[in-house]
Parts: sequence; C-alpha cells; structure tokens
Amino acid sequence: MEIPYAVEVRRDTGLINGKIGIWLFLASEVMLFGALFASYILIRTGSPSWPRGDTMLDVRLATFNTLVLISSSVTMVMAWASLMRHRFETFRMYMGATILLGLVFLIVKYFEYSAHIHEGAVPSTNNFLAIYYTLTGLHMLHVAGGMAVNAYFWGPGAKLWKTNPEWFTNRVEHSGLFWHFVDLVWIFLFPTLYLL
Amino acid sequence: MESTTTDHAAEIDRHVRVYLTVFASLMVLTLVTVGISRFHFPVPIAVTVALLVATVKGGLVACYFMHLISEKRLIIAILALTVFFFIALVALPVITVHDGFWMRG
Repeated sequence: MEIPYAVEVRRDTGLINGKIGIWLFLASEVMLFGALFASYILIRTGSPSWPRGDTMLDVRLATFNTLVLISSSVTMVMAWASLMRHRFETFRMYMGATILLGLVFLIVKYFEYSAHIHEGAVPSTNNFLAIYYTLTGLHMLHVAGGMAVNAYFWGPGAKLWKTNPEWFTNRVEHSGLFWHFVDLVWIFLFPTLYLL
Repeated sequence: MESTTTDHAAEIDRHVRVYLTVFASLMVLTLVTVGISRFHFPVPIAVTVALLVATVKGGLVACYFMHLISEKRLIIAILALTVFFFIALVALPVITVHDGFWMRG
C-alpha cells in the first residue's frame, strides 16, 4: 500500500505530510531546548556568582566547532540542491561531507570533554558545568542522531532515488531541516556557554 | 519542456548563490561574536550583543537554509505558536528573578 502525500501535495494544507511532520517535531524540539535554556537562566540569575565561560572552557575549539557545523549546514543544503538538479553523485559527495563534518564536531567535543574530565571538571563540580554538560550532551545526541539519518540516506536509503527520486529528495530535505535545526541550536549555545 | 528544465536549473543556481552568501555571512558573524566577547563588556551589554548576533545568524539559517522565507502559511503558523510558548517558557525564570528582586528590596 502506497503512503499517501509523500510526494503529492495535500489540498487542505498545501504541503506534503512529511514536511508538516518534521516541522511539528522541530517545534517540540524548540520547547525541549527552551526548557533547558529557561533552567540555565534560572540557575545563572539565582546564583551569587557565575564564571565566564571562557575562563573554564576552550573557546578556540568551540569556535572551530561552530565553523565546522555551519559548513556542514551548507554541504547539507547543497546535497539537497544537487538532487533538485538530478545530480546524484554530487549529492553523495555533499552528503558524505556533511556526515564527515558531523564526525569532526563529535571528535572535537570528545577531546574537549576528555580535557575537562581529566582536570576533574565534571557535572557535579558546579552548576555551570552541570548545565554545560546537559546542554552540550543533549546537543551531541542530536548531532549523532542526525548523522545516523544522513548516513542512511547516503547509503542504503539511497536506493529510493532509482524508484522514486521526488520522494527521496523530499526525505533528504526533511533530514536537512533537522540538521539545520541542530546547527541553529549550537549558534545559541556557543555564545551562551562559552562567551558570556 | 526544455525551457522549463532550464528555468528550474537557473532557479536552483540562484538558490546556491544565496546559500554561499549566507555561508560567508555566518562565518564572518561567528568571528564577530568571538571578537566582541574579547572586549569584556558588562554582562547585560555582553548578553544583549551576543544574543543579537546569534539571532541574526539563526535567522539566516532558518530563512535561507530551512527555506522559511518562502514557506507555506501553515508552517509559519506552527512556528509562530512555538515562538509564543518558547517566549513564555523563557520569561518564567525572568519573572521569578524579578519577583525575588522586589522581595529583597
């Protein structure tokens, strides 16, 4: 049985179902991170003193990671644009680059975490580190999840391109929306945790 | 038919040029964010400036990479509702802090 409105636009919404689905999911994600940002504000404003992020964290590594994640957003959107132009091999190149950049982000984060833990800076050390590990840890899970989906479309999921290229292009667009959201969250996390 | 295909390709090429411009802007704004933080402004000014730059960057990602600038009304409505609840959520601790502030006074 064929899944309805995977390619064909619904008359009532003017959209395919997948598009509404991913935006509703992202709306719930906004609230998830919103709750943690609210917690951060509450903890920080309620604290008699709060360290500047750059006195405890490595700003150079975080800046590098920001540039990596922004680059991965561009390669992601270029992957989608390649499919729109029916250039499958170019899509694979850009999607592969997106996955690799995601991996670079996680590796850098691993070194950052390792250095902190080696120095004894763990979540139980203070409130700043507790909220830092919570926010960045949840964000890293999202990066890993996005990479898994992208890897599926780069590998086994790409079979769909041969039978239904339009559906495949829509799926890549939706995974791209998630990936850009992950980038967007980091854009706010970076100054909040590292620079203020 | 061929003309339609050519138009479509030209449209995608135009999009790609926009993506690259946004990419360059995001790179520059990231360096601006780091640069500003080195001035060690007082916290309220530092927070305002950092969040302002982050909002511009986030806006660029949302509008162009996520295509919100040309998205259907239903998606915009879903997001407007989300933004409303997000602001309410973030405002809660701010109100709490103000309450505490007046209590101390």
